Amino acid sequence: MAVNYKNPLFEVVRNPDRCIKCRVCERQCANEVHKYDADLDKMIANEQNCVDCQRCVCLCPTNALKIRPNENQFRPNGNWSMQLMDEVYKQAGSGGVLLSAMGNPQNYPVYWDKILLNASQVTNPPIDPLREPMETKTFLGKKSQKISYDKDGKAHYEKTPYLELDVPIMFSAMSFGSISKNAHESLARAATALGTYYNTGEGGLHRDFYQYGKNTIVQVASGRFGVFKGYLDAGAAVEIKMGQGAKPGIGGHLPGMKVNEEISRTRMIPMGADAISPAPHHDIYSIEDLRQLVNSLKEATGGEKPIIVKIAAVHNVAAIASGIARSGADIIAIDGFRGGTGAAPTRIRDNVGIPIELALASVDSRLRDEGIRNDVSIVAAGSMRSAADVVKAIALGADAVYIATSALMAMGCHLCRSCNTGKCNWGIATQRADLVKRLNPDIAAERLINLVTAWNHEIKEIMGGMGINSIEALRGNRLMLRGVGLNQKELDILGIMHAGE
Amino acid sequence: MTIDAKNLGYDELNKMIKDSADEKFELSNVLGQRYIGAGMSGKEIKITGTPGNALGAYLNGAKIIVHGNAQDAIGDTMNDGAIIVHGNCGDTTGYAMRSGEIYVQGNAGYRVGIHMKSYKELYPIIVIGGKVGDFLGEYQAGGIIVVLGIGEEKCPVGSFCGTGMHGGEMFIRSENAPTGLPKQVSCSEATAEEKEQIRRYVDRFVKHFGNNTEELLQSKFWKLVPNSANPYKQLYVSN
Repeated sequence: MAVNYKNPLFEVVRNPDRCIKCRVCERQCANEVHKYDADLDKMIANEQNCVDCQRCVCLCPTNALKIRPNENQFRPNGNWSMQLMDEVYKQAGSGGVLLSAMGNPQNYPVYWDKILLNASQVTNPPIDPLREPMETKTFLGKKSQKISYDKDGKAHYEKTPYLELDVPIMFSAMSFGSISKNAHESLARAATALGTYYNTGEGGLHRDFYQYGKNTIVQVASGRFGVFKGYLDAGAAVEIKMGQGAKPGIGGHLPGMKVNEEISRTRMIPMGADAISPAPHHDIYSIEDLRQLVNSLKEATGGEKPIIVKIAAVHNVAAIASGIARSGADIIAIDGFRGGTGAAPTRIRDNVGIPIELALASVDSRLRDEGIRNDVSIVAAGSMRSAADVVKAIALGADAVYIATSALMAMGCHLCRSCNTGKCNWGIATQRADLVKRLNPDIAAERLINLVTAWNHEIKEIMGGMGINSIEALRGNRLMLRGVGLNQKELDILGIMHAGE
Repeated sequence: MTIDAKNLGYDELNKMIKDSADEKFELSNVLGQRYIGAGMSGKEIKITGTPGNALGAYLNGAKIIVHGNAQDAIGDTMNDGAIIVHGNCGDTTGYAMRSGEIYVQGNAGYRVGIHMKSYKELYPIIVIGGKVGDFLGEYQAGGIIVVLGIGEEKCPVGSFCGTGMHGGEMFIRSENAPTGLPKQVSCSEATAEEKEQIRRYVDRFVKHFGNNTEELLQSKFWKLVPNSANPYKQLYVSN
């Protein structure tokens, strides 16, 4: 083996009886895998470059292509997986930190798959959502505790800023830079049509998208890219990014090569310069400091917009959330360790943080125990893969969820986890004009709307089966959940009983 | 409008300023009230006393003049305008400021100009008359930071100056160059030509606080610039 030999991860299987040498695959592949060899009069493949994004497979007019795992194997070893060996070779060849994208793909337990939902039988009959009203509208923000009535019976209560969601699902933060302008536009339009929100991420708000402001959450991260008064005023809420599930304790870094003219204008930084968002906000070292940022944002926006604080799910997440609830924030977003990213050091992505299921349950319990649960809403993020996950999250204590990976999939993503290369063949995680134009915002927005609408139907159906007719009544209703194959400690943390109990 | 800020909470004080149609304000007895002038444009606020943290955060064109010391995070994410402090100021002065100018007569704390950035015509300036603490210009991505070190015998910057700097410039007035600079920062004695670049800001400093531009500019200045706009380029290997 040559020292720098890269064992291809995938094998390109081309059926010669079907291939008509139309070269669509060649034109579609930004990784330059496919090539027509005129001398041989056939298509050849450089498999080393293949990331298994499935673009060529989907567009091959004769179904001549398959991408499958490379069958070439190193000598099997229970301790040294092929992947680990490959990573050693990469680092030995480059001296670089391993960089990956999207969520943690490792085989850690998925608690959603070990939680089962309840349904009504005989007593407390199920509700048919097709003929009875079923409320999926959700409000995020502080819930006023004191209501007083004047002589005329008119209610008085403290009015605090809130977000109103027609569906308990929002699109999580993805910056313009990590994803393309067309992807942002699709999310913005879908959020508007669905009566929910998308999130700018930390890359600023493109001037074309100010029109979607009332369905936009604007993010403020440590690098403060594109943050100015007009940006803060444009959104319906402001999110302070303290952390991200895919890379807790690590900041963001958009390489200069992706900072083209439009990104430069939106982030308000020079073209070609790295956009560095360090892990910490260098003015925040305590809950008091966080309170200062929360309050300064409230001051700057006239106190009219709810402030979200987003953190990664880490070991002491409950105590941190308790602090955030006391910092004046209106909403806490918790991002589990399976949440996606445009780029993260592999070792961080695969080894840091905890599952959202456990984090969410422990935060909800902690805030209830301390009597401050109504001071904040909780948004759960970090891999909600289906309507069932959403229902389980709400029953564990979430007010709403953020989705992003599934939203990207609705737009065409096949989870090849190569966003960091900037060569996304689906036009999502790229800034190359020829690739970006492959993503049609009309179609992508419609697919996003379809996805969330379908999930919302499923949520109604599942809730109906339980005899529950509103998100409000489902929230924190852990009696609707049972664990299977979980040990007592896991059940205790999740605050649920085992199936059969 | 004049406001006696004694015993006023920050929210009350800031609301009075925001709700008023006046363009000029004089605040007296200010004692620790935070967020004064947050996001403000078009107004001028004169402060006597000690304003609290995050003075002029997200400032968007307003002018703030402090007769007294200012605390931490003045001009946080400032987009335009000016903050002039006749005294000292605290940590993270001008955090991520993108444009506008900050002048401080005395000393400033840690992390001055951290994350300062620029974009085309937006170009922020910080001028500190005295000395600054550690981490001056950390992650600086644009703009100019000038430290005049007036009355200082030693180099007026602390340790870890320019850590992560990848844009902009720093000018430090001192006989001796700052030490312990990171690899990606180049430090050289500023030429007469380069010093002309900051003349107008030194002039404004002198106009605000006194002193002599010619004399100040005749001294030795050290100019710090990053030698890469992409400091982390070689760090990663795609996996």
